[in-house]
Amino acid sequence: QKYYHYVHLFLQVEQVRLLDRFSNKSIHGTLYLTATHLIFVESNSNNSILHHHIASVEKLSLTTSGCPLVIQCRNFRVVNFVIQRERDCHDVYSSLLRLLRPVCYDELYAFSYNPKQNDQQREEGWQLIDLGAEFERMGVPCDQWQLTDVNRDYKVCETYPRDLYVPVTASKPIIVGSSKFRSKGRFPVLTYFYQEKKAAVCRCSQPLSGFSARCLEDESMLQAISKANHNSRFLYVMDTRPKLNALANRAAGKGYENEDNYSNIRFQFVGIENIHVMRSSLQKLLEVTGTRSLSMSDYLVGLESSGWLRHIKAVVDAAVFLTRAVTVEGASVLVHCSDGWDRTAQVCALGALLMDPYYRTIKGFMVLIEKDWISFGHKFADRCDQLDGDPKEVSPIFTQFLECVWQLTEQFPQAFEFSEWFLLQIHEHVHSCQYGNFLGNNQRQREELQLRERTHSLWAFLMSEKQNHLNPFYSPAYSEAHPVLEPSTLPYHFKFWRSMYHQFDRSMHPRQSILKTILTLKENSRKAESTLQALESVSTLLHIVIFLSFKLEPTESTDTERTVEGSSGTESRKQSYGELEGTYNSDLVKEEPAVVSLEFGVARMTC
Amino acid sequence: MIMEFAELIKTPRVDGVVLHRPFMPTVEGTLCLTGHHLILSSRQDNTEELWLLHSNIDSIEKRFVGSLGHITVKCKDLRMIQLEITGMEECLNIASSIEALSTLDSVSLMYPFFYRPMFEVIEDGWNSFLPQNAFKDLESMTDEWRLSEVNKDFSLCPSYPPLVAVPKDVDDETLKKVATFRHGGRFPVLSYYHKKNGMVMMRAGQPLTGTNGRRCKEDEKLINATLRPGKRGYIIDTRAINVAQQAKARGGGFELEANYPQWRRIHKAIERYNVLQESLIKLVEACNDQSHSMDRWLSKLEASNWQTNVKEILTTACLAAQCIDREGASVLVHGTEGTDSTLQVTSLAQIILDPGCRTIKGFQSLVEREWLQAGHPFQQRCAQSAFSNSKPRYEAPVFLLFLDCVWQILRQFPCSFEFNESFLVLLFEHAYASQFGTFLGNSAAERARLCLPEKTVSLWSWVNRPQELERLTNPLYEPNSLVIWPSVAPQSLLLWEGVFLRWNRSSKCLDEAYEEMVHIIEYNKELQTKVNSLRRQLAQLETEDPLLHTP
Repeated sequence: QKYYHYVHLFLQVEQVRLLDRFSNKSIHGTLYLTATHLIFVESNSNNSILHHHIASVEKLSLTTSGCPLVIQCRNFRVVNFVIQRERDCHDVYSSLLRLLRPVCYDELYAFSYNPKQNDQQREEGWQLIDLGAEFERMGVPCDQWQLTDVNRDYKVCETYPRDLYVPVTASKPIIVGSSKFRSKGRFPVLTYFYQEKKAAVCRCSQPLSGFSARCLEDESMLQAISKANHNSRFLYVMDTRPKLNALANRAAGKGYENEDNYSNIRFQFVGIENIHVMRSSLQKLLEVTGTRSLSMSDYLVGLESSGWLRHIKAVVDAAVFLTRAVTVEGASVLVHCSDGWDRTAQVCALGALLMDPYYRTIKGFMVLIEKDWISFGHKFADRCDQLDGDPKEVSPIFTQFLECVWQLTEQFPQAFEFSEWFLLQIHEHVHSCQYGNFLGNNQRQREELQLRERTHSLWAFLMSEKQNHLNPFYSPAYSEAHPVLEPSTLPYHFKFWRSMYHQFDRSMHPRQSILKTILTLKENSRKAESTLQALESVSTLLHIVIFLSFKLEPTESTDTERTVEGSSGTESRKQSYGELEGTYNSDLVKEEPAVVSLEFGVARMTC
Repeated sequence: MIMEFAELIKTPRVDGVVLHRPFMPTVEGTLCLTGHHLILSSRQDNTEELWLLHSNIDSIEKRFVGSLGHITVKCKDLRMIQLEITGMEECLNIASSIEALSTLDSVSLMYPFFYRPMFEVIEDGWNSFLPQNAFKDLESMTDEWRLSEVNKDFSLCPSYPPLVAVPKDVDDETLKKVATFRHGGRFPVLSYYHKKNGMVMMRAGQPLTGTNGRRCKEDEKLINATLRPGKRGYIIDTRAINVAQQAKARGGGFELEANYPQWRRIHKAIERYNVLQESLIKLVEACNDQSHSMDRWLSKLEASNWQTNVKEILTTACLAAQCIDREGASVLVHGTEGTDSTLQVTSLAQIILDPGCRTIKGFQSLVEREWLQAGHPFQQRCAQSAFSNSKPRYEAPVFLLFLDCVWQILRQFPCSFEFNESFLVLLFEHAYASQFGTFLGNSAAERARLCLPEKTVSLWSWVNRPQELERLTNPLYEPNSLVIWPSVAPQSLLLWEGVFLRWNRSSKCLDEAYEEMVHIIEYNKELQTKVNSLRRQLAQLETEDPLLHTP
C-alpha cells in the first residue's frame, strides 16, 4: 500500500511523532497526506488511514515537544501525532478538515478505487449475491407467498427494493392502502420464510394510527399474513421500541397497532432504544475505554453507565423472542419500529441468523446483510456519516448488529463458518466507502449512482480472501444437529468486544492468538496432505523403477547409468524433494508438487 | 467405621431421593451418608452417581413444602445441588448429619487419612519437590547462596520449612537475630534467582520497627548482602503506605530509608485476606443472581471488587518482575505476615520471568516452594468458601486469586503454558477439599507433625500419571523461553468463567470446540509424522537404489 509513490501528494511533514494511546511509547516518522489517505511512515512499517475513516480531527495547544493532533476514526482507531512545527500541524489539520467531509457521493473513494479488475470481473463481483435466488432458497414464491411488482418503479415505497414478497391474498389495492397507512410507505413485506413451519417473518414501519385512526387495507394486510400460515391462529406484532416511545409517537399521528382493530394479532413491545440513545451510549463507552490508566472499578462502572451492553442484550433478547415465536410456536411475526430500518433490521437479521444455519456461513452472512440491511434500506449513508450530513442521523446501529453476532459466536464457537476477523473486516468497509455496497441510503439511490457500473463489490473482495475469515472450529455437523440456536441472554454472557473497540490498541490483546495458531495449523495440514500425496506417488514410482531396474540390470547396466547421469537423476530428485519441502514449510504453494514428481517419475521410467 | 462418624450419622440411608444439578438430568435414587461422602446412586447402570466429599460442603439450607424436604447443598467449588427428600424426620436427620460431618474440627479425621489410592503410584509426590533438589538447581547457577538448617526444628520460624536459602556470607547466628526483627520470625529468604542477570527476589515478614523506629543491623546486613557493589534494590511492600504506617502501632512497620539507603521502597495496595473473602462472597453472589438486568450484573461485579483485586495483584507482580528483569535490580517483597499477598507477588513474578514455572512440573514445584513450603496457611484460608454462613475468621481466597491471575496470563499467552485451564481448576478444587494430603495443614511444621507423607497420598502422585497429565496438558504449548509481560488494562482482564460461571452455564459448546481444537492439532502432528517417515523411506530407497550409485 505505497500510495505515496504514485498518488499526488498534498503534504509531507518530516519528524512527526506517533504516540501510543495508552503507554508513553512513541515512534518517529514522516507524515504524508494524499487525496485519499493519511500515511505515517517510519523505518520498518507504515500506517495509513483512509480519510473516510476519520471521524474527527482535533488540534491541541502547542507543547514543548510540538503540536499534538488527535485523530479519531470510525473503526475506533485513535491516533495521536505530535508535529514539531505548529505551522505544519495547522496545514495537516486544515487539509484534513477539507478532505474528510465529502459533500457529494462522487468524491467517495469507491469511485476512484481501482483494484485492477476488468469490467467483466467487476460485474461478476456484483452478481455474487442474488436476492431472488435467496427467496427461492427459502421456498418463496409458494402457494401462500408471491412476488409483487407493485414497487417495480419505486412508486409505492422509495426506500424499499423493487422486488417484494407478499401474501398471495394481498391484492394491489390492499398493498397500496396499507402503504399509505405506514410511515414512509413501508408496508408489511416478507423478509424470512421458515419453511419447516410455513411461518413468516415480515417487516414494516409504524402505522399512522395516531390516537384512533384505522385503515381497513392495513388490517386486511395483517389478516392476509396471518392467514398465510395455517400453523397458527394468530400473528405476533413485535414493536421493537420501548412502549413510552411508541406512545409518544401517537401524538404525531403515528403509533402502534390497536389490538381491537386487528383480528388475531398478539402485540408485544420489546424495548430497544432509538438511534440517539445508541449514539450517545457508544460515545460514553469509548470515553471510558479511552481513558489512560483506567482503574478496574471505573471501567466496570463506565461499562454499566454507558448502557452499551444493556442495549446489545436488548437486541439479542428481541431476536430470541422472534426466533421462539417462529420456530417453537410456528407463528408468523411482523416486526417494526418507527421507520422500520434500524431496530427492525437488527431484529429481523439476528432472528434469521438464529433460525437458519445458512446465514451463519460466509456467503449466507453476506446474503443476510444484503437482504435485511442494504436492500430494505438501512440508511448507511446517514448512519455512517458518509457525506457531510446531519450528525443526529449518525448511529452505530449496524455496528451493534455485528457485535450481537460476535456475542453469539462466543456462545457457539462451532456454529459459524466465519471468525470475528470477518465481522471486523465488514465493519471496516462499511465505513471505508471503498466499495459500492454500502453507499447511499437505499436501492433507488444506489441505482441512480450507478454503483454497479462505477464501483466494485465488497462481497467479491471478501470472497477472494475467504481463507482469512474462516473459523477453524466451524462444524457443519454442529449446524445440522442444531439448526436453531438458543442462546442464553443472562447478563454475564455479554462481554466487552475488545477486538472491535480496541482493534488498533495492540498492547491490550493476547500476545498469542489461538485463532491464528489453529488457522495456521489447519493450513499446514492442508499442505501436508498434498505433500503426502505427492510423496506417496513418488514413492510408488520409485518402487516401480527399482523393480524394473533390477530386472533390466544385467543387460543394460552401462547404458542405464549413462542415461541416469545424462538426465542427472540424483540432482533432479534432490531438487524435487527440496521443492516438496518448500511447499510444506513455506507459506505459499509455488508449484504443484504432484506434477513435479510425476515428471521426474516419467524421466526415471524412460531409463 | 470410626465411632466419631457413627455418632454423627443419624440416618445413613434414604430411598427415593431426587437430585437436581444444573444442566444435568434429574436423578432419583438412594442417598447414603458415610464418614466422608454423600453418595446418591440410582442403582441403574448407566446413570451417573454423585459422590460428594463432606469437606467440599460449604453450607446447606433446608426448607419444607408439606412433608417434602428440600436440601440445598452449596459446595466450596461453588457448585449448588438440590436434594428432595420425602419425610420430615429423614430430611432433618440428613441435614444435621451433613452439617456435622462437613464441619469436623479435627484434622486427623479428614478424608486424606482414610483414603487409599486406587491407582498405581509411579512417583511419590511427597518426594518430588524436596528443597535440597531445588537448591541443587540454584547451585548450578550461582555459589552466592547456601542452604541453612537454622530452622530445622521449626523453632526460629514456625511457618518456614526446615531448609531455607540465604546469602552465603550470612551465618546462622545473624539469621537468629534477624528472625526476631521480622513478623512471625520470617527473616528474608531467597524466593527466586533470575539466571539471565543474577538478580534475586527475596521475601520476608514485615520488619518490627514499631513506633520508635527500631532497627536491626543484622537485617540490613542480610539484605544488603544480596546487592551487587554500587547497585540498588527495591523493597516492594504489598500494603498501601497508610496501612504500613498503621502497622507501626502494633509493633510492625517498614524499612526506613535512613537505615536502608541502598533500597528504594514501593508501596502497592493488595487487599488483606479478610477483605478478599468478602470480595469472593460478593462475586459469587453476583454470579448466582439470575435476574436478567445487565446494569445489576455489572454493578454487582464492580462492587465485589474481585477484578480490582486481580488487577492489583497482577500489577504488583509485573512491577516485581520489571525491577528484576528490566531494571536489573534485586527485590525484597513483604506485606504484613508475608504469607499471603507476598506469596501472590513472588509466585506470579516467577510465572512471568521463568519459563520453567510454566510447565506442569514446574508449576507444581512453584506451588510447593512458594505456597506450601513458604507457609501459606491453606487449612485456615480454605476452611470455608463463598457460601459460608459463619463470620470468616482466617478464611480467604488468597490462593484462588493467585490461580485467577495465572489464568489471566494463560489467556494472554495461550501457547506458552504446558498446562491448561483444567489444571488450575483442579488445584482450586483440591485446595478446598481433597482426598489427598497435599493442602492439609498450615505450614511445613504442621505437615511434619501430622506425618502427612507417611499417612496420606500426595496430589502430585495422582496428577503425574500419564492419563491425568494428558487431560491437563495444553495442546497449544510451544516452549517459550522469553519473559512474558501480561497486559493489566481492565479491558484485558476477564472474569474467570471456568470457575465462577462453571455451574451457571452449559459448557457443552465450549467443550466440543476444545475437543475440535485438540483434534486439529493432533491431526496436524499425525500428518507431519507421516510426511517425515515417508521422506526417510525415500531417502532410504535412494541409497538402496542401484541406479543411483555412481561407480
